Amino acid sequence: MTSNAPIAKRRTAPDATGVPVTLRGVRRAFGRTTALDGLDLDFAPGELVALLGPSGCGKTTALRILAGFETADEGEVLMDGEDVADVPANRRDIGMVFQSYSLFPNMTAAENVGYGMRVRGAGRRERRERAAELLALVGLPGREGHYPHQLSGGQQQRVALARALAVRPRVLLFDEPLSALDAKVRLQLREEIRRIQLESGITTVFVTHDQEEALSLADRVAVMRDGRLEQCAPPAELYARPATPFVAEFVGTMNRIPGTVRGGGEVEALGRRLPVHGSAPAEGTEVDVLLRPEEIAVRAAADGTATVQVATFLGGLTRLGLRTEAGLEVKADLPSREAAALAPGARCTLVPHDGAVLVADRSAAG
Amino acid sequence: MPASTTPPATPILPRVNRRLRRMRWPAVVPFFAFLAVCFGIPAGTLAYQAFMVVDPATGESSPGLDNVSTALSGAYATGLLGSVRLSLLTAVLATVLGAVIAQAVVNSRRSALRKAIVSASGVFANFSGAPLAFAFIATLGTTGTVTRLLDLSRTGFSLYTFTGLVLAYLYFMVPLMVVTILPALDGIRVQWREAAASCGATRGQFWRHVGLPVLTPSLLGGAVLMFGTAFASHATAAVMTGSSVPLITIQIANALSGNVLVGQENLALAMSLNMVVIALLVIAVQIPLQRRSNRWLA
Ligand SMILES: Nc1ncnc2c1ncn2[C@@H]1O[C@H](COP(=O)(O)OP(=O)(O)OP(=O)(O)O)[C@@H](O)[C@H]1O
Ligand SMILES: [Mg+2]
Repeated sequence: MTSNAPIAKRRTAPDATGVPVTLRGVRRAFGRTTALDGLDLDFAPGELVALLGPSGCGKTTALRILAGFETADEGEVLMDGEDVADVPANRRDIGMVFQSYSLFPNMTAAENVGYGMRVRGAGRRERRERAAELLALVGLPGREGHYPHQLSGGQQQRVALARALAVRPRVLLFDEPLSALDAKVRLQLREEIRRIQLESGITTVFVTHDQEEALSLADRVAVMRDGRLEQCAPPAELYARPATPFVAEFVGTMNRIPGTVRGGGEVEALGRRLPVHGSAPAEGTEVDVLLRPEEIAVRAAADGTATVQVATFLGGLTRLGLRTEAGLEVKADLPSREAAALAPGARCTLVPHDGAVLVADRSAAG
Repeated sequence: MPASTTPPATPILPRVNRRLRRMRWPAVVPFFAFLAVCFGIPAGTLAYQAFMVVDPATGESSPGLDNVSTALSGAYATGLLGSVRLSLLTAVLATVLGAVIAQAVVNSRRSALRKAIVSASGVFANFSGAPLAFAFIATLGTTGTVTRLLDLSRTGFSLYTFTGLVLAYLYFMVPLMVVTILPALDGIRVQWREAAASCGATRGQFWRHVGLPVLTPSLLGGAVLMFGTAFASHATAAVMTGSSVPLITIQIANALSGNVLVGQENLALAMSLNMVVIALLVIAVQIPLQRRSNRWLA
């Protein structure tokens, strides 16, 4: 416990203490709903990967298949190179933290933490010492004798984390462990989970539907949609170079601006020609061009075609809500010192940046 | 923060005072009034009369222990013992069988099956007394259909015995236990089971270390309820076995109606007093158990 940094530093080369985990072509259907539709994912040793995606996309199902609580209809789950299909949950050496209410209500915090060791036949003294050590690690020293109903939601999750760590698992699994907590506790605990995960070097899968949580916590973020992987990449890459329009719109804020595909792999939007990222649709196709708020420059101009609707001061940046003459709503960020001339009501022109842009089908416009 | 802004310490009230405040006593007045009228007055009368001995010659009554000592001796002691034995046995069996069936229902996760079993249990739990006795006599009696079909009389089986009564009682007690224990079993969270598994516990270890300890208060509470139900039952046994299996409820009825000897009303009351004492003991066991389980399963 040395780091007081607001969020622990991300490593590029993970420690070798964790084990590699692989999901290969995993399918799972419940009746007519397909929860997982051929999911492929690799987790490097010691890495923290966040599973992010809309509700019902199969995040929990993927986690439960890793844990052994659920079986895959098809596909493989490998841990440290070994297929674990026939290994029951209680032999997988998994530490799991659930969303809430998972502590054994008839046991104290220390007994909860020591439970895995009790099952493994460890002595009372050893259990007590390790429980005290782990409770201190998760920031709950001196709470050994408290029962779950005597602890707050955040404290309960800390105990659950200590219990998961107590058995020195090969893999740590989290299923939205913070979503039942209030904002402040959530931030605090998020940082501590990351700190402890980095110190222990355990391969970790963290399910969340909160993109900020995923981006700030993970080495890599896996974005899922309808039971499949859309993209798995480090947060910065996911944001700057989304592989699909879905990822682009799911992560961060994105503008959809109508455009028309022209020759030479270019698209025309806001009166400019921009190179299309990847392969461009056929010439003449009506598409939506995806542009981040910081990828649109705003210039005050009396004869401009857009009007500032709202200006939200965000510190160094100001976010402008704009409306074009065609009725299009656009969000743009610009340095606050440049935003002074752009009070609500001001007319301006919008200039997209020069880089390659993603295009999406017009029909999908919301 | 300056020290002066810290909130004043809460005044230390005497313990009794605090407890009264916590009970919010005006709200419980109607309850105690109800208790006094519907339970206190009859129980008081019962206790008073039980200790009044009627002189058969003069018809005058005077305080004495004759009724109570008679109610605790001879055939009456056998009846009390018979009732306790029957109630204990059926309570244990009904608790175990009911809990196992209810857990199977919870495990199946089929809502249709669950609804069917819950409604059926609701019906069968109330199917006691004379109709149940007749149903049993018609199927398992000396000339009952099942008795003849399986030729049960050769095995020495007779419905009109202690064993027969146990069977008949279980018929309504097991369903009663199923509906009683289902909410508690629903309170066993899937996360506990999965958390235990991820800690390395087997299914058996989970039940031993978590499931059963958490359920114990509810199971004991259910067993107490089963005991009380069996203990107070009268009609089923009266129709099925009459006086051939000695039970305290049947003896009370006999004494009250003067079937055997006239002028035994106060003896009946003394026997009733014994029942009340046992019921109170049972309630005294149940209340603290219930409180603990409510806290865990909340
Ligand atoms: N035990 C089950 N029985 C039937 N359907 C299920 C079961 N578990 C999951 N599903 C279905 O599978 C799909 C994926 O569910 P899953 O719980 O994995 O989603 P999720 O990504 O975790 O969603 P959320 O963010 O809401 O937790 C959903 O359509 C869900 O209804
Ligand atoms: Mg989920």
